[in-house]
Amino acid sequence: MSNVKTSKMDNNTKKSPASKLINYSKNYLPYFVIAFIFAFLGSLLTIIGPNKLSEITDIITSGLNSSIDTDAVVKIAISLVILYTFGFIFTYTQGIILNYTAQRVVSNLRRDVTKKINKLPLRYFDSHNHGDTLSRVTNDIDTIGQSLSQSTSVFIAASTLVIATIIMMFISNWILALTSIICSVLGFFAVLKIMGNSQIYFIQQQRAIAKINDFIEETYSGEIIIKTNNANKKSIEEFHELNMEYYNNNWKSQFLASIMQPLMLFVGNFGYVAVCIVGSILVIQHSISFGIVVAFMIYIRLFTQPLSQISQAFATLQPAMAASDRIFEFLEEKELSDESNKTNNFENIKYDVEFSHISFGYNEELIIKDFSVSAKEGQKIAIVGPTGAGKSTLVNLLMKFYEVNLGEIKIGDIPISSVTREEVHKQFCMVLQDTWLFEGTIYENIVYNKENVPLDHVIEICKKIGIHHFIMTLEDGYNAILDDSVSLSAGQKQLITIARALIKDSPMLILDEATSSVDTRTEELIQNAMDTLMVNRTSFVIAHRLSTIKNSDLILVLKDGNIIESGTHDELIAQKSFYADLYNSQFEEL
Amino acid sequence: MFKLLKRMHKREFALSLLIIVFVIIQVFFDLQIPQAMSDLTAVLQQSNNTTLSAIKTPSILMIVYTLGSCIASVVVGYLSAVVSASLSAGIRGDLFSKVQHFSLKELNKFSTASLITRTTNDITQIQNLVAMSLQVMIKAPVMAIWSISKIAHKNSTWTFSTSIAVIILIILIVSVLALTSPRFRIIQSLTDKLNNIVRENLTGLRVVRAYNAEEYQTEKFNEIINNLTNTHIFVGRIMSLLQPSTNFILNILTLSVYWIGTFLISKNGNVEIRINIFSDMVVFSSYAVQIIAAFMMLTFTLILLPRARVSALRVNEVLDTELSIVDGNLDSSVNESGTVEFKNVTFRYQDSAEPVLKNINFKANKGDTVAIIGSTGSGKSTIINLISRLYDVQQGEVLVNGLNVKDYSLENLNNKVSYISQKPILFSGTIKSNIEFGNNDNLTDDDIYNALEIAQAIDFVKETEDKLDTKIAEGGTNFSGGQKQRISIARAIARKPEIMLFDDSFSALDYKTDKKLRKELDNRLSDTTRIIVAQRVSTIIDADLILVINEGEIVGRGTHKELLKSNSVYREIAYSQLSKEELENE
Repeated sequence: MSNVKTSKMDNNTKKSPASKLINYSKNYLPYFVIAFIFAFLGSLLTIIGPNKLSEITDIITSGLNSSIDTDAVVKIAISLVILYTFGFIFTYTQGIILNYTAQRVVSNLRRDVTKKINKLPLRYFDSHNHGDTLSRVTNDIDTIGQSLSQSTSVFIAASTLVIATIIMMFISNWILALTSIICSVLGFFAVLKIMGNSQIYFIQQQRAIAKINDFIEETYSGEIIIKTNNANKKSIEEFHELNMEYYNNNWKSQFLASIMQPLMLFVGNFGYVAVCIVGSILVIQHSISFGIVVAFMIYIRLFTQPLSQISQAFATLQPAMAASDRIFEFLEEKELSDESNKTNNFENIKYDVEFSHISFGYNEELIIKDFSVSAKEGQKIAIVGPTGAGKSTLVNLLMKFYEVNLGEIKIGDIPISSVTREEVHKQFCMVLQDTWLFEGTIYENIVYNKENVPLDHVIEICKKIGIHHFIMTLEDGYNAILDDSVSLSAGQKQLITIARALIKDSPMLILDEATSSVDTRTEELIQNAMDTLMVNRTSFVIAHRLSTIKNSDLILVLKDGNIIESGTHDELIAQKSFYADLYNSQFEEL
Repeated sequence: MFKLLKRMHKREFALSLLIIVFVIIQVFFDLQIPQAMSDLTAVLQQSNNTTLSAIKTPSILMIVYTLGSCIASVVVGYLSAVVSASLSAGIRGDLFSKVQHFSLKELNKFSTASLITRTTNDITQIQNLVAMSLQVMIKAPVMAIWSISKIAHKNSTWTFSTSIAVIILIILIVSVLALTSPRFRIIQSLTDKLNNIVRENLTGLRVVRAYNAEEYQTEKFNEIINNLTNTHIFVGRIMSLLQPSTNFILNILTLSVYWIGTFLISKNGNVEIRINIFSDMVVFSSYAVQIIAAFMMLTFTLILLPRARVSALRVNEVLDTELSIVDGNLDSSVNESGTVEFKNVTFRYQDSAEPVLKNINFKANKGDTVAIIGSTGSGKSTIINLISRLYDVQQGEVLVNGLNVKDYSLENLNNKVSYISQKPILFSGTIKSNIEFGNNDNLTDDDIYNALEIAQAIDFVKETEDKLDTKIAEGGTNFSGGQKQRISIARAIARKPEIMLFDDSFSALDYKTDKKLRKELDNRLSDTTRIIVAQRVSTIIDADLILVINEGEIVGRGTHKELLKSNSVYREIAYSQLSKEELENE
């Protein structure tokens, strides 16, 4: 169901967030209709109530001077009890249906948004920080969820009540009906006008809190530098300013939100008096009975109350609309290109890799310029160079995380642009500098996406790379859950990701600064593990520490996106090259 | 919750008292309204001889009462908005200042993410509750009690039926809360879980894609989302009960008042008493409605309570944390300059745990370079943290310029000692504002350029269009890791400290820059004492003193050459990075 929606998303980019949300929920239209019917029935019964009550008063007043027809009263009372019971059933059913529907819609939004994360090109995340995406998935959807079930139910119930009351009023007496409606509607619009003018404070309040959030985030994460630079006082002052700015907008918007109800109450009571005055004139003229006036006293309540509810629901809808805007913006982001027509694959190929005349930049600025190199199957290719030279970018291109601007990358003579990303990914084991483990057992972390891996196989691999012993020291061994309570060293984490790569067992290997975050003694252990990994695999190794790549078949020295030198370690050293310079600077006397 | 209310200032407290006054005024008017209504009704009643002038007085009264109530409640709305906003601003400010005084120990205990939520969302929750409470929690009981007192004497049967309605309502509210509050907790924990795996997915984007694990992740998401949805639906089912059933109770109560009234009237023969009972009945039913309404208002506040209570606990936890670092009062030092000394220092992160550092002794003199090397987790960084007093030692002393660091005021200590973290931290602003960061804002541009030059940052800064005014994005994302580190080193140099602490700050730099930078430091800041934690042997090869740390103890000290000969741990580290020939070549 959710897929259909995303594909339709493209043609409604220009619509308002509200209509997008409605469009998104249209599969649940039948539910909304049923809820509406129940709400309408419930309101109808609520309205008949006062009418019946006024019949009771009429019976009593007419019998005040003689005798009261108690039997008739009891009859009406019993019918009222039945009415109320049905009213209860209808409104409750309506509530359940709406809540169910709202939750389903929210659930679909959650699914689509989380799914979307893995459909977006990595480029998207270069310009959007994680906090932003995270808050869309959680805060924004929660906001929608809350107001969707609350507001829609209020809208449906209140609007049906308003309509039904209007009908009932006109049936009873048109003059009083007009009096009530004119009084309330005038008041209602006056209030809405006031509220409309105050919208600015709500917007300013949101801006102020966003500023505070940014400031806190930055301060708390840089606390150590703030302390050691004696910046505490300053940041407290700065925070105080932001806090006061927020306070000023905060109380204003709170205040404006809170006067809504008393104003509407006043409008309601004013209408009440108007009904009484007009009603009494009519009674004096003997054109209506007193019972009708009593009924109208209740109608006017039933009429103004939902009006104020509707206006309040509008107020709570504001943040929900802002949230929905952000969510649909995310859902409408351009996805990775569709590759279902690419049927080429890498079966029975020689794992030679060729970069030919590659150019690439994350933005207009090119990072890789006319880059060409070729590697033979089974070779170990090292990429070195200063930070920012474009080393990791090459990996990103090879893995098809990004598409090249110009040129072609071929694996076994097949251009990777002609195969699916999935197929390219299948060819590589990858170990990155930032070890990535998730909350789950060690076993789950090691086998990751692969199904039905026997534990024996995992143990065998862990023994090979020397992490088995450590895992067994944990209380639950391979079933130990990795969360905040388990503290693994950087080296142990890296070994687990290497085990993961070994389980994947792809024909080629990428190591991107895999040992940078560990100390040199642990590095040796990891180095051994990686040597295990490299056997018979075409490997690409990016390294800071030049000692780890000395035995490579080919060393590429990158600077500003170009290969400035290439060759084996010995060749490069002999050439007294940039590489030699880089290498010797490790131990040169100053 | 109440603990936080104690943080009210006098002004807020006075305003709260004022709120009570206005609530009472408001309730007074509110309760006059039914009386006025019934007067109006009574006048209309005598339909045969009603004139328009007869309804004039009650009509005007009614308008006056409504207007009075409206004005009073606008005032209450104003006051409670001010009180709740200012109370929460106060708490937010207190919390922020408190965090500013936290040492690393307290910061680590809470984690940054959780502190952020506590400063923002949690306080908003509390504010919502306070705002609601100020209006409703005061109004509802006043309203209920006053209404009851107005009608209690009228008729015991009516009062009885009202009490039953109230009891049923209370039972209903209590059971709804009892059924839902555990589910709300489940919802909270599921939301946390969902957050967690979304965050995991975001940090591991490349891994997820490299392993073609998109489906795997989606399944994981969906499992939690399904759980979350089902719990929400269950809770919704119960919560949807509240409104229709209170309406039902309200309707039935009004009906019973009329029903009972009918029999009371018909039992009585006297016409005058009959009319009295009748108008009593109308009045009673409207007061009964007010009582139920008061309870309904309470319910809505109660719904906010469980979440706000959790938030209050979380906020209090921060506010009540005892600061482990107490500021000293020494504002100047006399004895020495540029010296750092550790005397028998033993340190553990928690009182019971294994010590991270055991019996550390060493001294760095003015202008010395002391390097600390050892494997991850050996306690290297801790030594540096102790000098900056990010933690306090339990045994032994850390001396700067011959005086215990605990005696210095932190401000004074930080002026003498500059700390450079392992991961560079920059703040949004400009290059200039980052160099001038903290209490160092009377630098000339020359000072700044000088610092940038030493830190090897001058080239790329000069390449930018705006030079020192180049914008730095949040987290410094518009600069590379190495550039960020060089700016952060320039920041430390610009403080003109006596002592500089490098917590593995060179590892983000390539070898060449690393080397040049150290050369500049040697040449131009030769009087500045440097303590360097490092992983690369090459970084520390020319240090005056190298300390080899293993499992919290100093297992070797000396220069590179001495250690290479005498110390097996050092040799092992060195050989793992450089080949034998390279080492011997020197």
